[in-house]
Amino acid sequence: MSDAIERGKGHAQGQATPAPANFLESAPGREGITSWIFSTDHKRIGLLYLTLIMVMFITATILGLILRLKLMTPGNTLLAPQTYNATFTLHGVIMVFMVVIPSIPASFGNIFLPIQIGAEDVSFPRLNNFSWWLYVTGAVLALVSIFTGNGPPDTGWTFYVPFSERTTTNVSLAVIAVFILGFSSILTGLNFITTIHRLRAPGMTWRRLPLFVWSLYATGWIQVLATPILGITALLIFGERVLHLGLFDPGRGGDPLLYQHLFWIYSHPAVYIMILPAMGVISEVIPVFARKRIFGYKMIAFSSLAIAFAGSLVWAHHMFTSGMSDLAVLVFSFLTFVVAIPSAIKVFNWLSTLYKGSISLEPPLLYALGFIFMFSVGGLTGLVLGSAGTNIHVHDTYFVVAHFHYVIFGGTGLGMFSAMHFWFPKIFGRMYDKKQAMRSFWVILVGMNVLYFPMFILGLQGMPRRYYDYLPQYATGQFISTVGSWILALGMGLMFLNLWAGIRRGRPVGMNPWGGATLEWTLSSPPPPGNFLEEPVVDKGPYEYAGVRADD
Amino acid sequence: MTEQHKDYQGAKFGMWLFLFTEILLFGGLFLLYSAYMHRYPEDFKEAGKALDVFIGGLNTVVLITSSLTMALSITALRRNEKGRCMAFLAFTVLCALAFLVNKFIEWSAKFGHGIFPGSPHLLEGPNGQGVFYSLYFAMTGLHGIHVCIGAALMIFVMVLIRRGRVTPENFGFLENAGLYWHVVDLVWIFLFPLFYLIA
Repeated sequence: MSDAIERGKGHAQGQATPAPANFLESAPGREGITSWIFSTDHKRIGLLYLTLIMVMFITATILGLILRLKLMTPGNTLLAPQTYNATFTLHGVIMVFMVVIPSIPASFGNIFLPIQIGAEDVSFPRLNNFSWWLYVTGAVLALVSIFTGNGPPDTGWTFYVPFSERTTTNVSLAVIAVFILGFSSILTGLNFITTIHRLRAPGMTWRRLPLFVWSLYATGWIQVLATPILGITALLIFGERVLHLGLFDPGRGGDPLLYQHLFWIYSHPAVYIMILPAMGVISEVIPVFARKRIFGYKMIAFSSLAIAFAGSLVWAHHMFTSGMSDLAVLVFSFLTFVVAIPSAIKVFNWLSTLYKGSISLEPPLLYALGFIFMFSVGGLTGLVLGSAGTNIHVHDTYFVVAHFHYVIFGGTGLGMFSAMHFWFPKIFGRMYDKKQAMRSFWVILVGMNVLYFPMFILGLQGMPRRYYDYLPQYATGQFISTVGSWILALGMGLMFLNLWAGIRRGRPVGMNPWGGATLEWTLSSPPPPGNFLEEPVVDKGPYEYAGVRADD
Repeated sequence: MTEQHKDYQGAKFGMWLFLFTEILLFGGLFLLYSAYMHRYPEDFKEAGKALDVFIGGLNTVVLITSSLTMALSITALRRNEKGRCMAFLAFTVLCALAFLVNKFIEWSAKFGHGIFPGSPHLLEGPNGQGVFYSLYFAMTGLHGIHVCIGAALMIFVMVLIRRGRVTPENFGFLENAGLYWHVVDLVWIFLFPLFYLIA
């Protein structure tokens, strides 16, 4: 716990050998893979996370494409039913626990949170490296669980009892992997909260914190306070299977409903771990490309905290059909509507920032606008699900699948892509092909909507989620949706290729290609190992653009 | 590579956050306990009678004493009395071991009577009693793991003190280990009445 902040480490080394110009280069004699995987530099750890998250993202995307291909036509095609169950479980487990939850905080949060508050690193750099290793361990265990035991888990990512107690597949190892991934997430959150409290530069008051930092702060609290419940839930599944506790076994006096409560006490707040950092990214991107101070700074910061708080009180809206009292349904339904308010506040504030702004439609802004559109569709359909009466009709149908993917892929996913295009020149010191980035955006946006919008209709018509086969009346929608998955995959392929080409041979850029006013744009691109050569003194807010010039 | 600017406040802050997560980890189990207690009050009372209040009480005294010696060891180090600090820490570790030995005796006796999760004896009895014992083993088991971690942590601190890494000026690590130990103690303070005194 008592890691020191190794201030001046880079300078101390600099006396013997010339210090590397930026964090991507290693000091002479300290090159190689170990200088990365054992690094305590928050920027390197962030890039390590980003790399693994992208590998996992592509893996789970391929699984998703296989699922869609199977569902393109009814009947027993392509995958056997058991393989299908395992595939959607793996798609969910990998996407949720290894991609979306760590996505923005562990990668861009690690890289930019210390810089944006004017610090040299996070509070506990070694713990930060340890949490990356925990992530690796969890990911490896999850992969091992696919190939060992009696086959990959087939429970869905929710591990619902009693099935998860009785299935013979390798659930025990998978839940241990989830436990370890949760531990990693907790340590990241703990590190961020401590860093924000302790390491702000002189003049970096709470009211001058960039909104990305505010969103990570709120996320950190959810990670710290909610993830332990996931930890104990995963351990209990393990205990049920290995130690035969019987705590959720109705035959022995246990109650499966209590499992659902424990699971969603974490897993609903977890969707705010997923979306809040993306909202933080959007709050950074919009004012930069509108050349205008953000509208309603205080309300955006406050709404992040409000979402974190209210979002922790709505978990049972996943259980309206599970057999709760009417009063419980009423209360949780009401609270679900309450949590929509701070989300709406953010959307209104972003739009008000754009209003009469001097907009330059660069790729990061385009992805951010895509976020607002997709998140609005996902958010509003969330209200259909949150209202108890309509929920009964669409519960556990494709409507839920569509809603979730609009919010998490259309929201967090596009937020992540926006962050990638926004901070790319800062991290790599080069620029990608902007035209190509815009073209891939449109392919992605079209693909997403063709893929997921038919699912809303299928859900309203009664198509249940997770089913292997379906009635002929759903065939058209399923077919269109699968075609959408190909368009989306094409768009993402174009985007990744373009970014990769940008890393290899993009045009070099200066310190501030977009004209941003937060502290990372005062550093060279890529930033030097110790971030700031001298501790910055902050004398203005993060969105004061007077005197800030884009350098190309 | 010298470590400068130790952020004492930051280290403490981080530790407190970590302790929140520990309490919430147990919180999930306490939640289950309260729900099942509400459902099976009679069975819980009946099952609680079979637990040995003497050993449980003894373990409570052992842990509270160890929390005292843990706190004393910090004061000793801050007064630059390294030998006394080490002695107090060693005593605390001994208390942890004594606790585990008692726990082992208790659990063995229960296993000997055919009381363990999913045992035929419990499956024959009322459901509520089976749930009670599953919770008992899960919660005291998880607590026992934490006692082991705490003891290992204290031995590690003793090594650091011997090597001069934890000193009268730089005692944050010892203090954080102490905080951890107090939380382990605190959880037991709740487990003891919920299982042993409920009858």
